[in-house]
Amino acid sequence: MTLLKLKNVIKSYSNGVNVLKDINFSLEKKQCLGLVGESGCGKSTLARCVLQLDNIDGGEIQFNGVSLQDLNERELKPHRKNLQAVLQNPSSSLNPKLKIRESLIDPYLQFGNQACLKHFHYTNEEAFVTQLMEAVELPDALADRYPHELSGGQKQRVTIARAISLEPSLIVLDEPTSSLDVLSQASILKLLTGLREELDLSYLFISHDLSAVNTMSQQIMVMRDGSIVDHFSQENIFSEQRNDYTKELISLFE
Amino acid sequence: METSESNSYRMRFKKILLIGALVVIAGIAVYTFLVLKYDPSFVNLEERLLPASLEHPLGTDHLGRDVLTRILLGSQLTVGYGFLALLLAVAIGVPFGIFAGFKGGIVDRILMRIADAFLSFPDTIVAIVLSGLLGAGIENLLIAIVIVKWVNYARLVRSTVVVERQKDYITMAKINGLSERRIMVKHLFPHLIGHVLVLASLDLGKIILLISSLSYIGLGAQPPAPEWGAMLNEARPYFQSVPELMVFPGLAIVTVVLFSNLLGDFLRDKFDVKKEVA
Repeated sequence: MTLLKLKNVIKSYSNGVNVLKDINFSLEKKQCLGLVGESGCGKSTLARCVLQLDNIDGGEIQFNGVSLQDLNERELKPHRKNLQAVLQNPSSSLNPKLKIRESLIDPYLQFGNQACLKHFHYTNEEAFVTQLMEAVELPDALADRYPHELSGGQKQRVTIARAISLEPSLIVLDEPTSSLDVLSQASILKLLTGLREELDLSYLFISHDLSAVNTMSQQIMVMRDGSIVDHFSQENIFSEQRNDYTKELISLFE
Repeated sequence: METSESNSYRMRFKKILLIGALVVIAGIAVYTFLVLKYDPSFVNLEERLLPASLEHPLGTDHLGRDVLTRILLGSQLTVGYGFLALLLAVAIGVPFGIFAGFKGGIVDRILMRIADAFLSFPDTIVAIVLSGLLGAGIENLLIAIVIVKWVNYARLVRSTVVVERQKDYITMAKINGLSERRIMVKHLFPHLIGHVLVLASLDLGKIILLISSLSYIGLGAQPPAPEWGAMLNEARPYFQSVPELMVFPGLAIVTVVLFSNLLGDFLRDKFDVKKEVA
């Protein structure tokens, strides 16, 4: 079943640069779709458009069969619960003035019973935070600290815990590991893979790192200068039919 | 190394001063409630212009009123109204600034031009004009001070919000589906408290000076209210013969303004410690 579908999506900046040129793809439920490309190719802009942080200039973004691009913030709200994100820099993604506990509970308090959780159970704030911390394999004691007292990897785990707290159907992962060291990168990718199976999540995994995308995704797209130049199943990554640019990227990580 | 040591020494000195001030204020409050036995506006012409004695620790004024009683009760007027004006200015300015900064765009531009218009009035002129329109009195002075002061808070808060709004944690709050009100109250407000407290404590001194100086020229509290500035004015004709009548209210003003500035400095040092620098 199709969860996210982009049709002819166009986006340009006010200076006339076309960032996204006719983007088409669809993402199935419980699937991880990888998107690779070098810096500046439009990956993050695409993420911002999917997350409805930026408006698109043409085309359609369908999520769960609903076109999101024409909705206002009030109409978007029920969809926000199902459409979460983890951003590149965990340090700036957490409010420095709030304890981890407060940051984690925040989305749930906004939605309350509308969140309709299946996997987690909300009895009280403390128990809920404990469940989330367990899910991302962090010691419960960290919940009472401030973000600056945690390491980068721990902070990223917290942002992941916050993203799954509403049990969304899709999480946009915008370079979730690129600000972490190699060991943390591997453990975060492993955690994400485990959570996807456990919570029936889908990922749009955006990265410049083809090897990370390769280990995570069933489908892979390659983006260059605002266009998707190649789209293939993970098992076909070494196929001869691959685009020259894809082959170049593959040769870089081998 | 040496600077950090002398900094911590200065910090401790300020702390001691502040604690001292708190003790003095508490002492005054206790004294006012328990010991005070004179009516601040009780006129007794037989006891006018008495020097300091056990009966009247700071003497009596030209109408035979106890000066200590008047100064202590004057603190309620001068400092009390100063606080009230400050609270109102903060209560108007902070939400205004958060809203303008968070909304951005055209809303921000319109709101900030309104704020600029208020900023163009010098405080004394507004106070004089309002007194002319509404009549002299400390309530009208209060209105004038709020009109002049709230803009500073709006501008300060707005500039902080404009910076914070760009950060990822606000983007994440939007993605998490938080309402705008929740983002403003829960995520932006904690970043502003420090700045607002520092400005407010520095402003308190200025506001007290303004109340006193305008009362001195007769635009604020009216006699027989024991306001410090008004007391200075009443004591003016006796400056040559009984100078302490002017000295004591003056000292009271100086002390309060000094301590409000010290408090401001202290809070500024305290909140400058940047937790978010990781």
